[in-house]
Amino acid sequence: MAANPPCTSAPRLQPFSQFPSSVLVECGSPGTDIISTVEFNHTGELLATGDKGGRVVIFQREQESKNQPHRRGEYNVYSTFQSHEPEFDYLKSLEIEEKINKIRWLPQQNAAYFLLSTNDKTVKLWKVSERDKRPEGYNLKDEDGRLRDPSMITVLRDSLLGVGGSTGRALWEPVRASPMPAAGVGLEPVPGADALLLALQVPVLRPMDLMVEATPRRVFANAHTYHINSISVNSDYETYMSADDLRINLWNFEITNQNIVDIKPANMEELTEVITAAEFHPHHCNTFVYSSSKGTIRLCDMRTAALCDRHAKFFEEPEDPSNRSFFSEIISSISDVKFSHSGRYIMTRDYLTVKVWDLNMENRPIETYQVHDYLRSKLCSLYENDCIFDKFECVWNGSDSVIMTGSYNNFFRMFDRNTKRDVTLEASRENSKPRAILKPRKVCVGGKRRKDEISVDSLDFSKKILHTAWHPSENIIAVAATNNLYIFQDK
Amino acid sequence: VVLSLLLYGLLLSSMGEEEGLHQTQFLDTMFVRGLKRKCFDGEEDIEGTLAGIKAIPSYNLQRQSLLDMSLVKLQLCHMLVEPNLCRSVLIANTVRQIQEEMTQDGTWQMINTQSTGQASLDRLVSTDILCRSSRDQAEGKHVPAYGTFNKDFESDQAQDSSETMSTAPSVQASRNLQSNVWEMENPQENKGNFQKSLDQIFETLENKSPNSVEDLFSEVDNSYYDLDTMLTGMISNTKMGHCDSLETFSSPTNTASNSNCKSDLNDLDHILPLYTYPVSIPWR
Repeated sequence: MAANPPCTSAPRLQPFSQFPSSVLVECGSPGTDIISTVEFNHTGELLATGDKGGRVVIFQREQESKNQPHRRGEYNVYSTFQSHEPEFDYLKSLEIEEKINKIRWLPQQNAAYFLLSTNDKTVKLWKVSERDKRPEGYNLKDEDGRLRDPSMITVLRDSLLGVGGSTGRALWEPVRASPMPAAGVGLEPVPGADALLLALQVPVLRPMDLMVEATPRRVFANAHTYHINSISVNSDYETYMSADDLRINLWNFEITNQNIVDIKPANMEELTEVITAAEFHPHHCNTFVYSSSKGTIRLCDMRTAALCDRHAKFFEEPEDPSNRSFFSEIISSISDVKFSHSGRYIMTRDYLTVKVWDLNMENRPIETYQVHDYLRSKLCSLYENDCIFDKFECVWNGSDSVIMTGSYNNFFRMFDRNTKRDVTLEASRENSKPRAILKPRKVCVGGKRRKDEISVDSLDFSKKILHTAWHPSENIIAVAATNNLYIFQDK
Repeated sequence: VVLSLLLYGLLLSSMGEEEGLHQTQFLDTMFVRGLKRKCFDGEEDIEGTLAGIKAIPSYNLQRQSLLDMSLVKLQLCHMLVEPNLCRSVLIANTVRQIQEEMTQDGTWQMINTQSTGQASLDRLVSTDILCRSSRDQAEGKHVPAYGTFNKDFESDQAQDSSETMSTAPSVQASRNLQSNVWEMENPQENKGNFQKSLDQIFETLENKSPNSVEDLFSEVDNSYYDLDTMLTGMISNTKMGHCDSLETFSSPTNTASNSNCKSDLNDLDHILPLYTYPVSIPWR
């Protein structure tokens, strides 16, 4: 696939590349809150971001409103909470970063939302729930929450009941009559020694401003020696897996876990390959894939064995001898693997390309897209400044017809699998005004540079788009550019 | 430049026929591999050296520089956070790849023959050694900006007390940012540079923690090292053609760490066993 389509004077825009409106949402201050993961939930109503400071920010899509039709579909902050805190591993004298590596939503089963968030070592299950009513009329405390003076609550009983009055008794002492205006339910006195008149009130629920609260429901800790790079919720909604560099663990939501993949060699000196990403099949709860630093993908079936060290399928593309260099292995390392929504394909991202594989064909991918092939001649410099180790993610659109991934200079790329067209777009403040149309960008590889083109040497390698997300059913994308989140919609 | 030419001539004359054969084989493998670079072969044409100085650096030197850079990267395990295992493994694999190729060329074997007196192909450095951080006390040298890689990095003298996995190297890079004028290919310098790079790692391991170092490289020839210093002092730094900011290292690295990747990872299994036990999943 050509990295840059031939430049024409008026590039035709495919439907997916027309983004009339954009919402720029800035998260946090530069340098501290670098966004590290972005994920839509299963309906697309919510968008969660995790950042380097361990915070999770959830955006919610505004409902359609007849009064303000142009505001339909904007995402506003819904909830913010601190998911992970920095920790210190005393055994190794190392810090454990609080950076959120991945967020995955659970399918919604009741009014509350559940998500998994993970840093390098610990996975947490968070419940995000709304509260729009609150009880009022407590007996024991007033509206501010302060405890009431017991003597103010009820009229002290008299000797009708024959119980001695003193401190320490229950506050709801029966009274004979109720001269004080009772806010709640009161019972008419019934003659008789056991008649009770309660001046107490039953608290009632009154509407309040919407409050969204997040509570940790589970903490899955101490199961990973190495850094967690992936989590994936199973389609059975009862289990999920977490993958680090050398092991994959399967968790039941009741905390128990089981190790299902272990590629750690007996002798660490022999280590030459690590796990880079893992994901469950979207429909088959026994199937998952994991990718490696050597550019291979293994598909495993959990029904065959408890420890899935032997794969059911092994996907690897033979090396192209003409392109071989000392960097071949590094650029073949897969940074992300994603099943298509249909479950028929998997997509992998390595340093220079995105590949689509058919699950039924293991010897080579069915499609290969060049993301930024102009970097192939710069691999030495990129190795020197460590950019060659950047882990880009890739996403499918809802219909599996378009794939998207990020690049440098705040560029991100989209590839239409059907028409084979591709486009380069930029997430930047200058270009993103509300209801502006995104303009395709182009990188000039050599020779004469046209007016709007940017040359390879001018690319800013510190501005990298590693994390993107696509709404499950609509043309809405979320792009994380360092500490800024861009949401683009197709109208 | 003139002095270096003289030295080169001396070294050439001392090269045996065996080495010449190695060079020829080496050229063949270069083409077979199809690597993209221009090959400057000063061995065959001394008169062309003057013109060759301005040529793109030879494959040997490029490879050498890549090896040096990789070794430094492996040493620079950052202090506070556990190093990225994937990155370390990829760099270590690259180093192995270079070593394998150099072994096949005979370049590697020449080094071993000279320095240790033994010829062995089992000198591929394991990931363990490469990932292991050096153990010297920090000398408080500042690490210069090495691209964008370690821009905030400073060695910490007070760090040697803890069992840190990371290192605080103090690489004194000579910031020679002159143009890509390239010195001629110098096999002796190649060997010296490589040996020097290994020295930087292993001499700091000497006498510090003798128990944990596997004796892959048994002896270091100090006199050899001195020759390198003299040569590199005269001839300017090696560079790869496309890497504009590559700097070389002229002093040994010193670190404050006591620990190494391998023992830490293995120890952890003993101290903190993984929290796993089987769970029955009701598969449908």
